[in-house]
Amino acid sequence: MDWHLIIAAAIKIVVFVFLVTLPLVAMSVWAERRVSAAIQDRVGPNRVGPFGLLQAVADGIKFLLKEDFTPAHVRKFYFWLAPALTMVPALLTCAVLPFGSRLFGEKMVIADLDVGPLYVFAIASLTVYGIVLAGWASNSKYPFLGGVRSTSQMISYEISLGLSIVPLVMIYGDLNLSRIVHEQAQNGWALLPLWGEGLSLKGFILAIPIFISFIIFTTSMFAETNRLPFDLPECETELVAGYHTEYSSMKFALFFLGEYAAMIIGSGLAVTLFFGGWSLPFGWLTPATLDAEVPWWHGMIHIGTFFAKVIAFILFFIVVRWTLPRFRYDQLMRLGWVFFFEIALANVVLTALLLWLL
Amino acid sequence: MAIIVQRPKLKWWEQLYLPALFIGMKVTLGHFIATLTGKKKVTMQYPEEKWDAHLPDHYRGAPALVTDEHGRERCVACQLCEFICPPRAITIKPEEIPSDDKWAKVEKRPRAFEIDMIRCIYCGLCEEVCPEQAIFLRKDYAITGTSRAEMVHDKERLYEIGGVRTGLVNKWNELK
Repeated sequence: MDWHLIIAAAIKIVVFVFLVTLPLVAMSVWAERRVSAAIQDRVGPNRVGPFGLLQAVADGIKFLLKEDFTPAHVRKFYFWLAPALTMVPALLTCAVLPFGSRLFGEKMVIADLDVGPLYVFAIASLTVYGIVLAGWASNSKYPFLGGVRSTSQMISYEISLGLSIVPLVMIYGDLNLSRIVHEQAQNGWALLPLWGEGLSLKGFILAIPIFISFIIFTTSMFAETNRLPFDLPECETELVAGYHTEYSSMKFALFFLGEYAAMIIGSGLAVTLFFGGWSLPFGWLTPATLDAEVPWWHGMIHIGTFFAKVIAFILFFIVVRWTLPRFRYDQLMRLGWVFFFEIALANVVLTALLLWLL
Repeated sequence: MAIIVQRPKLKWWEQLYLPALFIGMKVTLGHFIATLTGKKKVTMQYPEEKWDAHLPDHYRGAPALVTDEHGRERCVACQLCEFICPPRAITIKPEEIPSDDKWAKVEKRPRAFEIDMIRCIYCGLCEEVCPEQAIFLRKDYAITGTSRAEMVHDKERLYEIGGVRTGLVNKWNELK
């Protein structure tokens, strides 16, 4: 590996992860508060900076300046490790998301792995360790119960999450996210096969299993990121604050931000798999081949498109949170194990049959 | 006796949960758009916008002392307000008006008149009990201070808030 590649990768990591994703995490906290306020006919934070946009900065400073209190009864090493373990995997999964086509001859993806979705699921599963450790290391009953509960929830939904994208992988015959996106750019998005080869009977029929996948994937993503209607880990009346009851200041903030980071990465993955990633609809400005040069302004438009789609998906997450009441715990488990697991399996068989027949 | 609750029988598409999701989204997005486009007036941005213009005449704000059109301080230090004040916020130190004063016949006036605005409950009993129409509850409601001492309104401050009030009964004028 020469220096050129290392420097390019470093620039991509710094810009995509630290200059775009992390501020996006902060902004989504702000968006959550403003959107929920608008939904509930309130105003929301509007004092700090224009439209309250700097609220996130103020909150960050507040979290950093607060006393970082470690209770005497906790297991210190794991207690300190747990918040990092929830935040870091969420950011690590950024590595394989193609956030643009090409810019100045560089592929706009940090690591162009041939096992993209597998890598995402493997790393995202590590988030469970953060929650297990937080619940256990706190050495106190409410965090412990909350940790157990959210662990079983996340493990349950990981199955249907993984199974739900199998049909998609079967249809594209590829696990490289860049190639999946390019395929969608040329032949219609997975959920919108309206141009290229997608505009055929085969494309429309295959959109049925993809739509089922999409519903299972999105719902499981809600459960994985502990968002309402599946925010069972936190429950004031039963568990106080769940696994992060004993945490304060920046360690608490890391759990909080980890949830939003997971939400952004989940949105990014959903956009990449089902909505054509960085591609514009109807194949506009699509490069001819994966390795073709694109003008820099095409590259910029593609990056902008990707983030516009991700932000739209985040807003969907937020609106759903303020729309639905939460599930009861047994309903949640029933939904995961009895319905989604079976439907996802049947969907794989259905896709195989359709691919064989068509 | 046990009551058997008849649960509504859901249609198959209602059991799918998704239609309910979209109905719910319609409600929340409706509110979201109405608030965003300003169709729904949410609330008043308090420090910038104030309710002052809409305050009713009987509004009970900070109590204050008034002077009349002759420039006379109307309070005669009878101390009725001090005695009736439920939280005992008012402290009056009376003094005699010297005989060479223009209003010497009034005989008494407050040397010091203090209202502790931390204690005041804005009940308006002082205004009600005052036989001289000297104390009124004004429309000032944002009484703030950075120390306890600052929150005690002395006589000077009370006259500043109260100002001149005309058209009151002037029972002392006839005996001039």
